[in-house]
Amino acid sequence: MSLEEDFTIGLHEAQSWLDKNRHEVVGEFDVERGYLWTACAAVQNGNPLYWDEQVAAQLTGGPTAPLTLLSAWFRPHYWMPGRDTIPLPWQTHFDLKEILSLPEAVATDSEVVFGAPVRPGDRIRCTETLRSLSEVKTTKLGKGRFWVIDAVCRNQHDVWVGTETMTGFGYRSYRTA
Amino acid sequence: MLAANYTSLTIDQIRVGDELPPLLHEVTTTSIVLGALASRDWRPMHHDRDFAQQRNGTRDIFMNTPNQAAWLERFITDWAGPKARIGRYKFRMGDSICPGDTMVLSGRVDGTETDAQGCCWVNLSILLSVDAEVKTRFTARVALPAHVDDNPWARQGDGWQP
Repeated sequence: MSLEEDFTIGLHEAQSWLDKNRHEVVGEFDVERGYLWTACAAVQNGNPLYWDEQVAAQLTGGPTAPLTLLSAWFRPHYWMPGRDTIPLPWQTHFDLKEILSLPEAVATDSEVVFGAPVRPGDRIRCTETLRSLSEVKTTKLGKGRFWVIDAVCRNQHDVWVGTETMTGFGYRSYRTA
Repeated sequence: MLAANYTSLTIDQIRVGDELPPLLHEVTTTSIVLGALASRDWRPMHHDRDFAQQRNGTRDIFMNTPNQAAWLERFITDWAGPKARIGRYKFRMGDSICPGDTMVLSGRVDGTETDAQGCCWVNLSILLSVDAEVKTRFTARVALPAHVDDNPWARQGDGWQP
């Protein structure tokens, strides 16, 4: 069997990660209001909850972040002084790519459950856990494995703000395999 | 405090089978890059066409996951109003959304329920399509007010069971 056809590389170690907390990611900045408006502008979201102070005060006791922006608060900066490599969000996803020798990966499914609203000034941290790893599958992108990763997110008061579950597919594409 | 100026659906205004007003958007390179950067997703397949084509095998850069979620959120609250509070959503992406696509979000009410805490929920099925081909399938569970004086955002702790 050629190396390109061997899909057992790193499998034993990857399986040992199942159901264990693997990475904790702490947001590198406080949630800030400018980002909320940038995010709303990107999809032309005119919800008055995010644009009207009076509505925000009345419904949520002040400004909150769009719910679906949750993952932004623990994504690292693209660059910062003294850092040689770019940290990756969903580090477990990229660890799996590397250890399983699957050069490409995409997110295929996403599920998010929301807790307390995120507010400007919050600092979000997330803990990643690998929940499952599939048998070898073939898709139109290539041949590889699916995996499911949970990221449980809390604010600086240890209040649960959401859990994001991502299904990824790591693969060798037909053009590179 | 003065009453804030907005309208929001209450659960008694919802019927199973109701269709949400479709949302159409002409996808551009700008909208994909803007959405990726707004969600702090710096990966090159969302802003570098050569990388996307050569490494991901896609026809162009493509919309990232959080940006699709952001469109979903807008689609739901455009319909239901600011009191609507999304409890959970799930989606499966079947194919990429690229510049030049005209994407259409469409949705339907699958069911309504009231949980043990008295929170009213609407369950939605939502499709994101391009040229009538479904690219992403969503389901969402959204809390709506029981009546005009109810506010799902006021729920916390055990009172919020999404």
